[in-house]
Amino acid sequence: MRSPAVRMFHRLEGLFCVYKPAGVHWKLVRDTIETNLLKGLNDTPAPPLTHEVRFLPNPNNEPKASGGLMLRPVSVPVLSKHPLVTGPEFQHLKVGVGHRLDTSSSGVLVLAVGNGNKILNDLYGIQTTRDYTLEGEFGMATHDFTHTSRVVERSTYDHITQEKMERVLAMLEGANQKALRTYSSVDMNSQEAYELAVKGLLGPDGKSVPILTGLRCIRFQPPHFTLEVQCLNETQKYLRKVVHEIGLELRSTAVCKGVRRTRDGFFTLQDALTRNHWSAADVLQAVQKYSSKKNNNKKNKSSGTQTDKAMLQTSEETLAVSQENKADKEGTTEVQCN
Amino acid sequence: MSMFSACAMLCLRCRGLLSPKNSTHLHYVHVQHSVTVGKSTRISNRFLSRGNHTAAQPRLNWKRQTSCYYDYTAKYLTTEAKESKHTDEGPRTDIPEYKPALVPTIDALPLPQSQISVEGLDADEKLSALEEISDEEAVGISIPPSIPPASVSLQDYVDQSETLTKLVQLGVSLWKLERRPNVGSMLLRLDFNRDVAPCLLFLKEIGVEDSRLGYIISHNPFILSENLENLQARVNYLTSRKFSSETVASMVSRAPYLLSFSVKRLDNRLGFFQQQLKLSASNTRNVVARLPRLLCGSLEPVKENLKVCEIEFGFKQNEIQHIVIAIPKVLTASKKKLTQIFDFVHNTMKVPHHLITKFPQVLNSKFLRLRERHLFLEYLGKAQYDPDLPSYISLDRLASLPDEIFCTELAMATLEDFYLFQKTL
Repeated sequence: MRSPAVRMFHRLEGLFCVYKPAGVHWKLVRDTIETNLLKGLNDTPAPPLTHEVRFLPNPNNEPKASGGLMLRPVSVPVLSKHPLVTGPEFQHLKVGVGHRLDTSSSGVLVLAVGNGNKILNDLYGIQTTRDYTLEGEFGMATHDFTHTSRVVERSTYDHITQEKMERVLAMLEGANQKALRTYSSVDMNSQEAYELAVKGLLGPDGKSVPILTGLRCIRFQPPHFTLEVQCLNETQKYLRKVVHEIGLELRSTAVCKGVRRTRDGFFTLQDALTRNHWSAADVLQAVQKYSSKKNNNKKNKSSGTQTDKAMLQTSEETLAVSQENKADKEGTTEVQCN
Repeated sequence: MSMFSACAMLCLRCRGLLSPKNSTHLHYVHVQHSVTVGKSTRISNRFLSRGNHTAAQPRLNWKRQTSCYYDYTAKYLTTEAKESKHTDEGPRTDIPEYKPALVPTIDALPLPQSQISVEGLDADEKLSALEEISDEEAVGISIPPSIPPASVSLQDYVDQSETLTKLVQLGVSLWKLERRPNVGSMLLRLDFNRDVAPCLLFLKEIGVEDSRLGYIISHNPFILSENLENLQARVNYLTSRKFSSETVASMVSRAPYLLSFSVKRLDNRLGFFQQQLKLSASNTRNVVARLPRLLCGSLEPVKENLKVCEIEFGFKQNEIQHIVIAIPKVLTASKKKLTQIFDFVHNTMKVPHHLITKFPQVLNSKFLRLRERHLFLEYLGKAQYDPDLPSYISLDRLASLPDEIFCTELAMATLEDFYLFQKTL
């Protein structure tokens, strides 16, 4: 006979994503979510207290019962199982974090509860890409590539045009595509490599240097500019360094004012929960949405054609790889246009 | 042979139950005499004789067990039952017979074994599960509560201890208290009628509500072990400083540790607040009545916060006074968070000092909330905090309104737009 709290916990197990605000350590976010989930679980109505029968002596003023019996049975509640004595039913939850975000970045952060943590491991294993938006500003270079730290150099940026920017971005993309091919474990001169490249599945498996599979400039208003990148195996500090290097390539200097993750695997900004929606009920809804999406994909996969069975093991992989394909195609078409 | 060893083991176990455990584990208080075995030879004799004869004399033992149980539940239920205990002991005339035999042999280990071996042989004839017994005796058979002599949790003792049961009924969170070192043992050693009840009655007399008693004990269990004269003296001191009795009651309810501090320390604190802030007596009373934990905590963080306000933020003395009277929490707030909020409000939102003094609630609000709302208003072009210019937005409404009202009234946008905007920050 499971208590309502345990039933709610089983419904909570799974993955969901959260929008991490800038300036907050990811651990604080995880702790806040855990506290809110515990509050929601422990607020469910507790099961009623069990009773036990004890034989207690008759009080003095009662005349002695027939047969000279001095005891009477009384049903008393068993206080050793009272919630004030045992504590709440749930005192700790396993809430895991997917790809981490450092303190000054913001964006989609994937979290998992209970059994969902096992799926997190798979998420790390398969090569999902992440989508970032980088805000940059020309004119200065700083110590750790952000706009708040110690300034190292200042320079002019009047000579920068959009055309020069696109040229630099294309050069960077080329270098990254080369890295992509080098770090994949297939021989470049083989048929296998060609087939994988045609499908867009060529990529490193396991650890490698950070690779930007897609890079383009969304907004260019000097001194401000915005880049959109899709990347693999990255850290936020590396992305800021990329902005700094773009500044250097353009014979000027640049700092990164904001790193914002818009997609992690197949969790997008649309699914992310903002701070007002970090309560247990909202998280429950998000987890249900994720699991229903997963089930739908499984159904689609089973009904559709079976291609590339070797690579596609789980439904997340299907979605992730298809996202990767889309991103790669976007990146390559951009380069071709420019 | 097996009977002998069983008896011996039972005896040793009873001895083990009786021996004092001077560890930090919880002890159980058995019967109205707290058992200080080993320290004095004047032990509650009935109990001892009962314990050592657990296996030896079954039928007489059952009767002794019932009397033991009666004493136990007598304490558990009411004090009136004590009289019933005395009446019960009347017919038990066989107990004194065993007393002289057992009392001298507590310390010596081998002797009881030999004693029991002698009696054990006799007991063989009487001890049989198929024996017929009368109804009264059948009803009288009771299993004594098997309480572990030492435990890390109060769960094992709560059903048998009157004090703990009454505390749970009051609403005290025993699970939180048992984590603190030594609190569990202290609670078990308290006697409800001697220690706990007078303290609770005293709190009621001051004016504390019944529903708050559980909260107070959950946070400050040591108030139960305080001397009542000291508590009375402290309350008298507070009333002598012209705090009304309702104010004192509310202060005690909200700051459970208040009455655990000496009169000298309370005096020290009140004097500090009056001098440092240069407030009038009535203003100091007002501030302390609204945030009674000012009197409980350390003064160093308060001094630091005052210095920060004066030097780093650049507030004048009268401005600081005004802020503290409006929001006393600024004195105990974290320095880092306070600096972060002030930096954002003054440097990013460009709000001058006099406006912040007018609306000090903004210093108490959450930084992330303030930042999101300000950036949203800036994006919409409505971030105007100067009262002289049109479409002015006051800081207190910005900080304190709930999200829906903020969106509809101040920002003139929908709630969904606000959430979408949050995802672009």
